[in-house]
Amino acid sequence: MDLSIRQVRKEFDHFAALEDVSLDIRSGELIALLGPSGSGKTTFLRLIAGLDMPTGGTILFGEEDASRKSVQERNVGFVFQSYALFRHMTVLDNVGFGLSVRKGAERIARAEIRRRALELLDLVQLSGLEKRYPHQLSGGQRQRVALARAMAIEPRVLLLDEPFGALDAQVRRELRRWLREIHDATGHTTVFVTHDQEEALELADRVVVMNNGRIEQVGAADDVYDRPVSPFVFGFIGESSNLPVRVENRQVWFDDRPLGLDAGDAAGGDALLYFRPHDVELLEGCGGCLAGTVAASRRVAETRRVELEIGVKRRRVEIEVPLDHPAASRSRIAFRPKRWRIFPNGGKSASTGMRHLERDANILAPTES
Amino acid sequence: MAASRRGTATIRSAVSENPATRGILIAVALGFLGVFLLLPLLAVFTQAFAKGVSAYLEALAEPDSRSAIRLTLLVAAIAVPLNLVFGVSAAWAIAKFDFKGKAFLTTLIDLPFSVSPVISGLVYVLLFGSSSLIGPWLMRHGIQILFAVPGIVLATIFVTFPFVARELIPLMQDQGTADEEAALSLGATGWQTFRRVTLPNIKWGLLYGVLLCNARAMGEFGAVSVVSGHIRGLTNTMPLQVEILYNEYNFAGAFAVASLLALLALVTLAIKTLLEFRYGSAISGAARH
Repeated sequence: MDLSIRQVRKEFDHFAALEDVSLDIRSGELIALLGPSGSGKTTFLRLIAGLDMPTGGTILFGEEDASRKSVQERNVGFVFQSYALFRHMTVLDNVGFGLSVRKGAERIARAEIRRRALELLDLVQLSGLEKRYPHQLSGGQRQRVALARAMAIEPRVLLLDEPFGALDAQVRRELRRWLREIHDATGHTTVFVTHDQEEALELADRVVVMNNGRIEQVGAADDVYDRPVSPFVFGFIGESSNLPVRVENRQVWFDDRPLGLDAGDAAGGDALLYFRPHDVELLEGCGGCLAGTVAASRRVAETRRVELEIGVKRRRVEIEVPLDHPAASRSRIAFRPKRWRIFPNGGKSASTGMRHLERDANILAPTES
Repeated sequence: MAASRRGTATIRSAVSENPATRGILIAVALGFLGVFLLLPLLAVFTQAFAKGVSAYLEALAEPDSRSAIRLTLLVAAIAVPLNLVFGVSAAWAIAKFDFKGKAFLTTLIDLPFSVSPVISGLVYVLLFGSSSLIGPWLMRHGIQILFAVPGIVLATIFVTFPFVARELIPLMQDQGTADEEAALSLGATGWQTFRRVTLPNIKWGLLYGVLLCNARAMGEFGAVSVVSGHIRGLTNTMPLQVEILYNEYNFAGAFAVASLLALLALVTLAIKTLLEFRYGSAISGAARH
């Protein structure tokens, strides 16, 4: 089922939780809504489900306008963060619930409900546990019952709210892989909410990065990691350092010194320079580069993470230095970002230092812009 | 649970007292209970049976007493179901929806607890009495509310309506709306959701609230006394009948009826304890009175 969300907004008591969000989801896609808490991602998911009604905008299921339809009419499978399993019903009754409440022409015989519920339990690898009650299951098992229950109604779209939020790291990783397998096997159009970037990047076909009730960027894992279109995305996904700089005469300046970075056709004026701590080249001496005194350093796996104080205002940035590099033991280090981006101060996409990558990141920009 | 309790008994934790203090505290609590609860209860039953079992049964078979018992059962049979419906609706509204005046409604539900029952009764006298606005109108149409069964039922409903609601509100707030939302998203109608998901989730709390409500409905004296008019064989409930018999120095009769009320209290207490013991987790979190 193709989904099309057009200029949807949601206000709670004049506070806009979601502002004119638009997104197209193709049939069979696995989409992650990624963002910090309060970014509107769960609100977005609940609007798609029909658990909340939008203040404005349209939600299309295929060609059909679902915006004003009730949650029952939309036929969506929703998996709650708390699982919301019915505690007084067995696993089997939980899974069969959606089928057992059907009436009239859609009514299904008991034996058939049982057969289909057992089949789903088999799919989620819980065969043999059908007589248990929710409180007799582990967190991961409950999660799978919740998923089977949502899939039992043959939903047009599967919506999962923080599906792995309450589980420990080990179970989380297992379930993540397992969910991908289930998705590939069943082909449900799936949208899930997460604040865990690793989960989003690993699992989803496309990641929707959200912030402050808006979509910042939509793209595959490589897109949002390598070609972030806004300072927020650069800062939120992966590690990053940033410095306030100036762009003048196609050059990037910091503290009135050129950095030897070609700003291309970026607009002149105040800007922010973003780079990843590991995407730097260490230099001997400095004519046109960044240099700073080491303020702190710590060992992270096979590298040394060094915090430098740079410039008159002692701005702090982090870079990574290989353990065997001579700079690792120095008190002053000079470097230049290898890959970087500059964003007009407070604005959106700008120039890029990733010359070997395609220049135009705008095709990946959110549809709202 | 049992293991941890045993554990604290053997190894003294920081907050536990020394044995002497503990002994004194327990003795005080038990002594207090004995003097103020157990002793009167015993007195009621010994007095009731003072002249033998036959005298006891005779006192209960007396027409006025029988009519009082019937009236009490009737009043409870009307007031408790109504308060059950009201309590569930109010708890549902307060726990699951956000609306203006929610805090006010919560306070309002507690009102009968903070107002003296006598005043509750007087309110109805002011509302329906002959000097009130609607009193003359009611009289013209031959509708008798005060000093009749309707007044007693109204006063009882007023006094007992917080019980079910107060029991359910914390329970339902604690459970949240996710279960209901899940049922709805699976295609259930509102009624199916209530019957198959909400009701099973609250049933023990509900039963508990109904028990308390029933005990109070049968035992209420103050409010009922004001609106009843004390017409023998017609508007006397059991507690009122006890008072009348007592004032007439008919101790055997008074204590016989009183023993029935006490028995009711004991049965309620037993069921309540059983419920707490078996379904403690489902009831816990509920406000106690």
